[in-house]
Amino acid sequence: MSAILLDRVSRWYGSVVAVNDVTMTIGPGITGLLGPNGAGKSTLISMMGGFLAPSSGTVTLDGGPVWRHPEVYRAIGLVPEAEAMYDMVTGAQFLLANARLHGLSDADAAARRALDAVDMADAADRPIATYSKGMKQRIKMATALVHDPAVLLLDEPFNGMDPRQRLHLMDLLRALAAEGRTVLFSSHILEEVEQIADTIEVLVAGRHAASGDYRRIRRLMTERPHQYTITSSDDRALAAALLADGAADGVQLSGGTLAVQTSDFGRFTHALPRLARDGGIRLLEVSPADESLESVFAYLVAR
Amino acid sequence: MNLVVMDLTLSGLLGRRRSLLLVALPVVLLGLAALTRWASDASTGATSSLLGNFAMGTVLPLTCLLVGTGVIAPEIDDGSIVYLLAKPVPRSRILLSKLAVALSATVVFAVLPIMAAAAIAGDEQLRLAQAYGLAALLAGICYTSLFVALSVLTRNAVIVGLLYALLWEAVIGGYVPGVRDVSVRQWALAPAEALLGDRAASWGVTSAVNVPVGLTLLAVVTVGAAWLGIRKLGGLRLTTAD
Repeated sequence: MSAILLDRVSRWYGSVVAVNDVTMTIGPGITGLLGPNGAGKSTLISMMGGFLAPSSGTVTLDGGPVWRHPEVYRAIGLVPEAEAMYDMVTGAQFLLANARLHGLSDADAAARRALDAVDMADAADRPIATYSKGMKQRIKMATALVHDPAVLLLDEPFNGMDPRQRLHLMDLLRALAAEGRTVLFSSHILEEVEQIADTIEVLVAGRHAASGDYRRIRRLMTERPHQYTITSSDDRALAAALLADGAADGVQLSGGTLAVQTSDFGRFTHALPRLARDGGIRLLEVSPADESLESVFAYLVAR
Repeated sequence: MNLVVMDLTLSGLLGRRRSLLLVALPVVLLGLAALTRWASDASTGATSSLLGNFAMGTVLPLTCLLVGTGVIAPEIDDGSIVYLLAKPVPRSRILLSKLAVALSATVVFAVLPIMAAAAIAGDEQLRLAQAYGLAALLAGICYTSLFVALSVLTRNAVIVGLLYALLWEAVIGGYVPGVRDVSVRQWALAPAEALLGDRAASWGVTSAVNVPVGLTLLAVVTVGAAWLGIRKLGGLRLTTAD
């Protein structure tokens, strides 16, 4: 059982702050690091993996610092986001090289075991340069597993995978977590994260925006204020009816459209057609104004 | 030394297209050596001129640049070095293993061809071959170490190395007397000059510094560069912009 502890960790590049005062503990089980692109997920994983020094704060693995301490890699397996590998060797040779670099006593067996775990034994004798994106991803995974690490850090592992490979990797991660390992992976897709993560850490614009199990995160995301723009045959009457009904918290009439804000998504969507029918108002257009994932994340940060 | 690192480094160095350049340079040198022999009737003066200028001034630094950057820069550029660094292997062992591969390649692609070129162009009992072989070996060790370290320090190692090798060593060093003292080529020529003894002056093998100074400076720069490379490799920033 191993845990990575981040204590008030910040990282800036010049005047750009990539990670801002993040404190979290990554323990056994699967943790999903969720955030939009550019949120600082890779920066955070680089710091956990000892490839970047925090500008302030500390990153420790079971109490010991990871930066400039190569021995931590006995316990850490890393799946980098970058695709480049040693293209000119075969998958089997590359795995064996990784096993030998770890100084494993039976490198051959370890390499074979890792190839089996990712279902790559059949293609192992082909040069890596001939592999598809999904196969490369699996070889990357195998190199991280070859020394049977207690902690696994994966940077966007599902990128470029087809649905079948995705399911296979999810099963593999679940099995690893069930053995008591600490598994952390990053993603910008909520559905991906909530399918397998026991714990979700949300990172937005470098800040630690939310933390907890997926139900809590899901609730935070659906209970946020929603914005809609509406055009109808009588915007003014519809605005009054929505306010009187209590289905909307605020309305704004401008430029021939009606902007509505509501904190109760379910109530608003049920009330709107009913109120329109009762008032004899024709709805011409109803569209959510801020349904992008980024706006959801932005809400979590501002909260 | 780590055999796995050396193995991966070697296949990386020879597996890329730039390895063709590594072969092209010595081939050109040997061709020129044959031409020199034919044109100047195997005179030692012409041989020395070919080796002192083209071989020591262009072939050697360029080969060292290709080799020195080739053993590590592509891996840092594409990020695949993470597979070496995410291992419980001391950084010094990783860098020195790569340096060892680079030095072997320098010997094969520069030092030995330079000795062969001397023999082909016209030599006297292989004295020039030995003298320039020694100078090329010493300068090669220093250049290679310098360029490997440079590759860890900057992503523009090839350009910085080219500027140094061609501008500093070849051009400025040729015209500004003070700069000649601060030149790997001059340091390495000092022992070669001593080796040739009385003939050195008449064959044009001269150095701007004496032997102890040359050897000391070579050692300081070589060891210093390797040390710096190890330090920087330990703190290499590996992250994408998210």
